[in-house]
Amino acid sequence: MSDPTVAAMALTELPTRQSFFKPHRIVLMAIAAVLVFCIVWFMRWDWVPKYSGRLVHGVGVTLMLLFVTSILGFLLAVPIGLVQVTGPWPLKMLAKGFCTIVRGTPLLLQLWLLYYGLGSLFPQFPEIRNSFLWPYLREAWPYGVAALTISFAAYEGEVMRGAFAGVPPGELEAARAYGMSPFTVFRRIWLPRAIHRALPTLNGETVLQLKATPLVATITVIDVYAVVSKVRQETYITYEPLLLLALIYLCLTALLVVGFRYFESRIPTRGA
Amino acid sequence: MADAGSLINWSLLALDPPGWGGVLLGGLWQSVQIAIGGYALGLVLGTGGAMGKLYGGPVTRDLLEVYTTLVRAVPELVLILILYYAGTDVLNRLSSAAGWGPVDISGLAAGIFVIGVVQGAYSTEVLRGAIKAVPAGQIEAARAYGMSPLQIMRRITLPAMLPHAIPGLSNLWLIATKDTALLAVVGFSELTLVTRQAAGSTKAYLLFFCAAGALYLMITLVSNVLIGFIERHYRRGMPETVR
Repeated sequence: MSDPTVAAMALTELPTRQSFFKPHRIVLMAIAAVLVFCIVWFMRWDWVPKYSGRLVHGVGVTLMLLFVTSILGFLLAVPIGLVQVTGPWPLKMLAKGFCTIVRGTPLLLQLWLLYYGLGSLFPQFPEIRNSFLWPYLREAWPYGVAALTISFAAYEGEVMRGAFAGVPPGELEAARAYGMSPFTVFRRIWLPRAIHRALPTLNGETVLQLKATPLVATITVIDVYAVVSKVRQETYITYEPLLLLALIYLCLTALLVVGFRYFESRIPTRGA
Repeated sequence: MADAGSLINWSLLALDPPGWGGVLLGGLWQSVQIAIGGYALGLVLGTGGAMGKLYGGPVTRDLLEVYTTLVRAVPELVLILILYYAGTDVLNRLSSAAGWGPVDISGLAAGIFVIGVVQGAYSTEVLRGAIKAVPAGQIEAARAYGMSPLQIMRRITLPAMLPHAIPGLSNLWLIATKDTALLAVVGFSELTLVTRQAAGSTKAYLLFFCAAGALYLMITLVSNVLIGFIERHYRRGMPETVR
C-alpha cells in the first residue's frame, strides 16, 4: 500500500540511472561539473572550516529530532489508527478529530501555539514552576519535539488506519481459530502485517518529517538550519550557506531512502 | 501578570482597530491569494513538467528529473529562502542590466512564485502518474484519428486522467494552503505572521494562535467539501473504489 500522494510528495524512489553513459548525459554531466566548479571556485566558502564543528552538531540535532519524533509519533500512531478501525465510537471520533485538526493546520502555527501559547501559560501556575519538569519546560526543544511528534502521529495515524483496515480478515480469523487471544492476534498478526503494508508510506512520511524539522529553528532550537541562519547573519553571505544547507538535506534524504529500502528488502515477502 | 479570565478576552478579536480580528482576516485573505496563485502556477508548471517527462526528449527528461528530485528532497523552508532571495536578486540584476533600475517586487508576487515552483515539482509527479494511468490504447486511437498532439491532450489525455489526478491534486491544494504559513519566515505578512504580531503585542498568545488555527481549519474543511463535489462530478462512470 504505497500512498501515491505521499510518493509524489516525498522522494521515496531515488532516481535510478540505467546507464550514466548515454551521450546526452555525458554532456549534461559535463555542464553540471562546470557549474559545480564555478560554485566552488567563484563563491565564498572560507567560512566553512570555522563553522564546521557547529554544522556537524546541528546535523546531529536534526537527526536526533527526526528519530525521536518519528519513533514517538509512530508509537502514538498505532493506537490512533487501531482505534479508528475497531474502537468504540467516542474514541473513534476523538482520534478522527485529532487527525483532522492537526492535518488541517500548518505545523508552523502548531509549533508557535505550543511554544508561545503554552510557554506563556505555564509560568502562571506555581505548581508547574515548582515541579521537576520546570527546567525542561523553560527550554525550547520540548515544545519542538512535542509539535513534531503530534504532527507525525496525526499523519501516520491516518496511514496506520488504512494499513490496519487493509489486513485481510481471513488472516485474523485464522489466528482467532488457532485460539489466540485478541492481544496475541494483534501482536503476532495484525500489527506486523499492518506495518509491512505501511512501510513504503512510512518511508515517505519520514522524509516529510525530515523536511519539517527546520521549522523548530523558529523557536530557537539550534538545528542545522539554525546554524546556517547564524552563519548568514554573522558573515553577510547570502547564498552559499543556503546551498550547503540544501546539499546537506539532499544527502540526509538519500540516506533515509536507502536505509528504508534496505529495511524493506530484509522483510521476506511471498512471490514478489 | 494575566489572570485566568483575561486569557479569553474576546474583544481582542473584534474587527475594528482596538481588536485584531480585521488584521487576522486581512492576513487570511493574503494567504488565500498566495495559495490560489501558487497552486495555479504549480498546476501550469506541473502539466508542462509531466508532459515533458513523459513525451519529451532525453535532455528535457533528465533536467525535469533533476528539478523534481531537488525540490522534493530539500525542505520547503530552505527552498523558499533560496527562491525568495535568489528570485528577487536575479530579477533586480536583470532589470538594472536592462537599464530600468531596481524593480520593487511585491511580496505577493514573490510568494506566489515561490509556492508555485515548489508545487510545480509535486504536481509534475502527481500528473505524471495520472497520465500514465490513461490506457495507452485510447491515446493510440486518437493518434490513429489523425489528431495533433495538442488535440490529443485537450480531448483525450487531460479529461481521461482527471479522475486519477484529483485525489493527489486536492491533497496538493491542502498542502499549498499550509505552505503559505512558511512565508512568515521570510517576513511576508500572511495569516501566521500577522497572528504572531497580534499575539506578541497583546500577550494573548493562546487566543490568537487558536483563532488562526480555526481559520486554517475552516479553509481545509471548506476545501474538503468542494473537493468532494468535484471528485463526485469527475468520477462519474468510474468504478467505485473500495475504501
